[in-house]
Amino acid sequence: MKALPRLCMVLATAGILGLFLFPMWKIILYAPQYPTGVQMNIWINKIDGTEPGTLQNVNILNHYVGMKYIEPDAIPELKYFPMVILVMAGLGLLAAAINKKSLYLTWLIIMVLLSILGFYDFYLWEYDYGHNLSDTAPIKIPGASFQPPLIGTKEILNFTAVSLPHIGGYLAGAGIFFSFLAYWFRRKQ
Amino acid sequence: MKTKMSFLSWSLSAATLILLAGMFAGCGGNQGKAGPSAVSGDAASAVYVPPGQYDEFYAFMSGGFSGQVGVYGLPSGRLLRVIPVFAVDAEKGYGFNEETKPMLETSFGFVPWDDAHHPELSQTNGETDGRYLFINGNNTPRIARIDLTTFETAEIIEIPNSGGNHSSPFTTENTEYVVAGTRFGVPYPQKDVAINTYAENFKGVLSFISVNKEDGDMDVAFQVLLPAFDYDLAHSGKGDSHGWTFFTTYNTELKHTLLEVGASQHDKDYIAAVNWKLAEKYIAEGKFKEIPANYRDNSYSDETHMATSKKVDKVRVLLPEDCPGLVYFLPTPKSPHGVDVDPTGEYIVASGKLSADLTVHSFKKMLAAIENQAFETTISGIPVLKYEDVVAGVVKEPGLGPLHTEFDGKGNAYTTFFISSEVVKWKVGTWEVLDRAPTFYSVGHLMIPGGDSKKPQGKYLVALNKITKDRYLPTGPELTQSAQLYDITGDKMKMLLDFPTVGEPHYAQGISADRIVPNSKKFFPLEENKHPYRALGEKEARVERSGKDVHIYMTTIRSHFAPDNIEGVKVGDRVYFHVTNLEQDWDVPHGFAVQGANNAELLIMPGQTETLVWYPKNEGVIPFYCTDFCSALHQEMQGYVRVSAANANTPLVWSLGEPEPEQ
Repeated sequence: MKALPRLCMVLATAGILGLFLFPMWKIILYAPQYPTGVQMNIWINKIDGTEPGTLQNVNILNHYVGMKYIEPDAIPELKYFPMVILVMAGLGLLAAAINKKSLYLTWLIIMVLLSILGFYDFYLWEYDYGHNLSDTAPIKIPGASFQPPLIGTKEILNFTAVSLPHIGGYLAGAGIFFSFLAYWFRRKQ
Repeated sequence: MKTKMSFLSWSLSAATLILLAGMFAGCGGNQGKAGPSAVSGDAASAVYVPPGQYDEFYAFMSGGFSGQVGVYGLPSGRLLRVIPVFAVDAEKGYGFNEETKPMLETSFGFVPWDDAHHPELSQTNGETDGRYLFINGNNTPRIARIDLTTFETAEIIEIPNSGGNHSSPFTTENTEYVVAGTRFGVPYPQKDVAINTYAENFKGVLSFISVNKEDGDMDVAFQVLLPAFDYDLAHSGKGDSHGWTFFTTYNTELKHTLLEVGASQHDKDYIAAVNWKLAEKYIAEGKFKEIPANYRDNSYSDETHMATSKKVDKVRVLLPEDCPGLVYFLPTPKSPHGVDVDPTGEYIVASGKLSADLTVHSFKKMLAAIENQAFETTISGIPVLKYEDVVAGVVKEPGLGPLHTEFDGKGNAYTTFFISSEVVKWKVGTWEVLDRAPTFYSVGHLMIPGGDSKKPQGKYLVALNKITKDRYLPTGPELTQSAQLYDITGDKMKMLLDFPTVGEPHYAQGISADRIVPNSKKFFPLEENKHPYRALGEKEARVERSGKDVHIYMTTIRSHFAPDNIEGVKVGDRVYFHVTNLEQDWDVPHGFAVQGANNAELLIMPGQTETLVWYPKNEGVIPFYCTDFCSALHQEMQGYVRVSAANANTPLVWSLGEPEPEQ
C-alpha cells in the first residue's frame, strides 16, 4: 500500500472541494408561524436557503429588531474564501505529488488554522448581526442580543435558532482528517 | 279565461294532494327515521380531525346562486376556502380589480353573477386527477375551469346559442370534453319570433367543449342541434361506453308556458345518447355547418396575473339528419333528472323524478338495439329506440322524487329522493333496495368522492340538502342549506355530521387530499411576474402621469408600501394603483384599500400584481392601508395620497421614509 498516503491526500483535497458542491453550514429558525423552520444555508461563496425567498424572509424577520440586512454581496469573505480553498486544493495536490510527510503535516496545520480563523470570523459576523442594531428599530428589547449560536441551539425571542454544519462542512472536516491520515501513513512507511 | 284558470288551479291542487299523500306514504315506509338527530354514538370521533391535522378528502360544493365554489374538508366539514367563479367577490377583489374584470365578460357585457350548479373534477383514465375543477354557470350559459394548483378560476367560456346551461359540465374519461346542454329551448340562432311558435322556431343545442391536454384551455369544439326539449343533466360514458355522453330531457311535450303541468304529461321522456367519437369523425369529414356566433372565451394567466377576454364569432354545428348514428333517444320515465353511469360503464341510471320507479338502461342492449335498427319512431331524424330493448332493470318503488345517483365502487348505488327526503342504497344488477337513510331535508344531489368516476372512493357519502328549517339556530327568514355526511363503509349507512354550506350546493365533487396537496402552489415566483405594470423591487416603485391617468407602481413588503407618500394627484384624475406584493413566503398576502374607492379592496398574493382604479373626487389628503393582517407592524402599514385641485401646480412626487439628515 505504497500509494495509501497519496490516496488519502487526494481524498483530503476532494473533501475541501466539496465546499463548492454543498453548503458548509446551516442556520434554522423555528417559530410557531414557521413550523417547518426557515433554513439559511451558508456556502463558501454564497448565502441562500431551502426556498428561493429564504434570505428575504430572514431579512424581513430581522428588520423588526433592527438587525442589518444580510447581503451576500457585502460580505468580502464570500469572495476570497473560495480563492483560499482553491489554493489549498492546489497545494494539496502538489503535496500528494511530492508525497512528503512534512508537507502533509504543514497542509494539515494550515487547514486547521484556517478553520479556526473561519469559525472566529463566523462568530464575529454573528456577533455583529446580533448586537449592532439600528437605533430606529421598531422593536427594542433592552439588553437583548439576537446573535445566533456558533453551533447548537439557542432561544432568541419567539425563535429557536439551530446552527449546525451542512454536508460541505462535514466533507471539509473529513478532508482535514484525511490529510492527517496521509501524514500518519507516510510516517509509517 | 276564468274557467281555464280554475281548471288549472284545480289540477294544481290535485297534484299537490297527490304529492302530499306520497310524502306521508314515504314517511310511513321509513322505519329508520328516528327523530331529528338519527346519529349513533361514535359519530363524533368519526368526524373529529384534531387541530393541526389535515382532512382526508377535499369536497368541492357548488354555491348555486352564490356563484362560487365552497371548498370543504371531509370528514370534518370544515370550510377551507370560497373560490370566486361567476360572481364578483369584494373580499378577494375578484371582478373588481382590473385584472379579473375580463373574466366576467360575456356577449351581454359584464355579467357579475351566475348560478353555479355542478362542479366536476378533471379525470385521467376515468379517475379524478386533481388538475382542474369545472363548473357550469346556468343563467348566462358558461363553463368555468378552476386551476387546483392555485384554487383560482383560470378560464370562463361562454356557450353560444344556449339558454340555461344546466346539463353541464360532466367530463369524459380523459377530460377530452366537458359538455353543455341548453335547459331552455331557444330560437337557433336567436331571433325575434312569437313565443307560441316554439315547436317550429325553437331548438335545443348540446355543446362539446374541448379541453387542451397540456394547459386545460377550453374551446367550443362543436354543437349538436336537437329538438327544443329541456336538457336537464348529463354524464359521459366510461370503459366500454367511453365515447358516448348521455343527456336527460324533459318537456318533450315542447311546452312554453306552465311547464309544471304541460311538461309533465308524457309517461316517458328521453335520454339523448350522443356518440361524440363519431361526431369527431363527422367533423374531420367536414360534415358540419359553420354558423355565425357571438361568445367570449376568458382566460387568466398566472404569469401576467391578468385575464384577457377573447371574442369568438363562429361555431361548428352538426345536424343529426346529416350525421346518421350521432344521436339516439332512449325512452325513459318520467321527466328524468340525473343520468348516472356506473363505474363499469354498462349501466345508465335515470332518475325519473315523476316516476314511481328508477329506470336503469344497459349500454350493451343499447348497442344491440342500434345494431338491429328496431326503432320505435324518429324525431327530427333521430331514431327513438324501444324502451323494452334498452332497459336493464327497474328499482321498484324505491322512494319518491328520485334525482341523482352515485356509486361506491363495491357494486352499490345510492340515489337521492327529494320528496321522501332520503338516500336509498340499492344493488346494481339485482335492483334490490338494501338500505335507506333520512335526510334533513329534501336532498338534491349526493356525492361520494370519485362517485361518478371509474374508481369511486366509497368511504363517505355527502347528501346536499335544500331545506334546513329547524336544523340550526334560526337566522331570520333566510336559512342556510346543508350537507350531511354518512359513513358508507358498512351494510347500513350511518349519519355522522351535518353542516351548513355556502349558498346552495347543487352538486359536489370529492377527491383524496393527496391528489391535490403536493401540487398546491405556495406563492408566485417574482421572477416569473410578467404583469405590464409590475414593480419587482422598491427601486422600481414610481408614479407616472399620462394626461389624466396616473399610474402608481407600488410595492408591498412587511410592513410598508413603497411609495407611501404621493403628491401631485388631482381631482378628476383616474388613478391606477398597480400593487406588487414582493413577499416570497407562504401565506403572506397584503391587502390594499383607499378611502372612497368605488370598487373594493385588493388582496395580493406573494409575487402577484393587482390593480385598483380610484377616482379622487375632492381635494385633501387621502389615506390608504393594508387590509390583511400581515405582520406585527401591519397596523403601521399605511400611507397618503395628496389630492390637489384640478388646476393646481402641485408637482408629482413620491417617497418612502424621510430623507437621511445631512451630516
